[in-house]
Amino acid sequence: MERAPSAAPGTPPSARGGLRDDYVTGAALALAGMLIAWQAWQYPIGSLAEPGPGYLPFALGIALGVFGALIAAGGGRSPAFRWERFSDGLKGLAILAGLAFAALALERLGYRITIAVLLLYYLGVVERRPWITTFVLTVVVALGSHYLFARLLRVPLPIGMFGF
Amino acid sequence: MLETLGSLATGFEIALQPQFLAYAFAGCVIGTLVGMLPGLGPLAGISLLLPGTFGLSPTAALIMLAGVYYGAMYGGSTTSILMRIPGEAASVMTCIDGYAMTQKGRGGAALAIAAIGSFVAGTLSVVGLMLLAPPLAEFAIRFGPAEYTSLLVVGLIVLAYMSGGSMPKMLAMAALGLLCGMIGMDVMTGYARFTGGATELRDGLGIVPVAVGLFGISEIILSAAKAREVSVRQPKLRELVPTGAELKASVGPIARGSVLGFLIGIIPGSAHIISSFVSYGIERRLSKTPERFGSGAVEGVAGPESANNSAASGAFVPMLALGVPSGPIPAVMLAAIMIHGVIPGPLLIADRPDIFWGFIASMYVGNVVLLILNLPLVGLFIQVLRIPYRYLYPLILTLCVIGVYAVSQSVVDIWIMIAMGFLGYGMRKLGYEPAPLVLGMVIAPLLELSFRQSLALSGGSYAIFVARPVSAALLALAVVLLALSVRIALTQRADWRQHLGLEERA
Repeated sequence: MERAPSAAPGTPPSARGGLRDDYVTGAALALAGMLIAWQAWQYPIGSLAEPGPGYLPFALGIALGVFGALIAAGGGRSPAFRWERFSDGLKGLAILAGLAFAALALERLGYRITIAVLLLYYLGVVERRPWITTFVLTVVVALGSHYLFARLLRVPLPIGMFGF
Repeated sequence: MLETLGSLATGFEIALQPQFLAYAFAGCVIGTLVGMLPGLGPLAGISLLLPGTFGLSPTAALIMLAGVYYGAMYGGSTTSILMRIPGEAASVMTCIDGYAMTQKGRGGAALAIAAIGSFVAGTLSVVGLMLLAPPLAEFAIRFGPAEYTSLLVVGLIVLAYMSGGSMPKMLAMAALGLLCGMIGMDVMTGYARFTGGATELRDGLGIVPVAVGLFGISEIILSAAKAREVSVRQPKLRELVPTGAELKASVGPIARGSVLGFLIGIIPGSAHIISSFVSYGIERRLSKTPERFGSGAVEGVAGPESANNSAASGAFVPMLALGVPSGPIPAVMLAAIMIHGVIPGPLLIADRPDIFWGFIASMYVGNVVLLILNLPLVGLFIQVLRIPYRYLYPLILTLCVIGVYAVSQSVVDIWIMIAMGFLGYGMRKLGYEPAPLVLGMVIAPLLELSFRQSLALSGGSYAIFVARPVSAALLALAVVLLALSVRIALTQRADWRQHLGLEERA
């Protein structure tokens, strides 16, 4: 797991100020817990003896809030929170954007076109591989994987508006 | 004993049928690749393969997925030893001395010791599984909802305790996982919860998109960002033969790793990872020359590699005997057999001996297949590592899209995978463990059902959880573990987990 170095054990408390990982995540979890508990409270809670559908989610929301508060309270020893640690996040967003396209296009454009566009994007745009290699790989993988999954393994794959 | 041997013979009759041999072989090959490639650990690999098993019988599906699981344990050692890149988390400890041996020109011997250790441990642990699971299942037949509630609660707490790190963080992840598992219709009343009106969420979150997102996509994001060309040195066949001294030094670590791994495997948690850490720590402590560790001690390869394979089999004990997953990987495998209409639980061994004994026998076969795959054919597998990651990860992502969509033909699952990938990336960066989240999500429906059934049986009295001896003992264990964690947090004392390198030192 990637962690930035934490505050040295002998570091005086005054030198440990500023935003720390566990302050941020603990507060976020505490807030999420409270929101979940509030939402669960809208469901039938039942009683202690006869719990309803909202009972356990409410209890778990409270528990999540308490654990979040405990994490934040003990956060002074955690690494300093720095946005620079997420510098690889831009590439991550580019990768997730490709997957979001797949989610939007799969049932509209069909399997083969979606996978072809997805690979063109990853290999040609994100990774800037030579276009010839990108194109050949794209065609081979889009058609080959369709044959493997749809024909040989009989996995149902979506057919788009173009009928394939 | 005779009855066990008779059942095992029946199992071999099933496992040695050509189609089951083929599935075991396919699972072992895929597993070895999954273990070698960064960004595709055993959990994501098994999840992605799940749709491909829908057309198979439950026995075939289980045999193939188990092959992937223990194949990944074998495969993970190759990249660790030759490239200092752990293909999956359980091989992290092997990197230290395995790669040091490679630098000294003993990489081939390290691979051989890892494969032999894995084979011995894998085989011994299957014997343990075979002897332990049936009596445990017989005992568990008497379990009622109260026992199951306590068992599931203690399972989550043991997972949080054993995983090392901060207990509040682990419990927060377990709570979040339980909440994720409660999305959709309430198990007793059918009331829709946390669906936001989306009909696709009424059946709840699927395990496959969650597991692939949390473990696969997040790992790909992290690996793709630091992808670099790597050089792989392929060992020659004659280099694979260990010296007499290396073999002698490995006997003890392999034996200890086998027993230790199996025992840790039974306990809830990411057993294959924890066992390799614990084994490394123990071997270093037992060694008369601990200073050799880190610079090419063969014991540092033999112990952890044996332990992680043994733990993989140990994890099947609660899964097959009780129907309760001890970690995220057995949870996905349980989902795989449930899709085929098989009900997991203590009655599985009695009702479906073909599945249980066929599976056990296939594990013996699988270990032989893996020994063959991982020694003479190691050069062939190494060729895959020469594919640059920037070409490899787009192909893995394509597999993720197909695998996740195919489970229920729903693009909503792809959106869930994306969200979980984002969450998993953040969790890894900020020091949160995803395993309790996945396990919590899987056991949530069973936990809620057994909890409410217990109260219905007792007329609303919570005393049912302490009035029944097994339930009371399990809850007492949970309280003890919580108390230990609180004590450690308050006193800032180092406990056994820190001594064994499982927990970050403050």
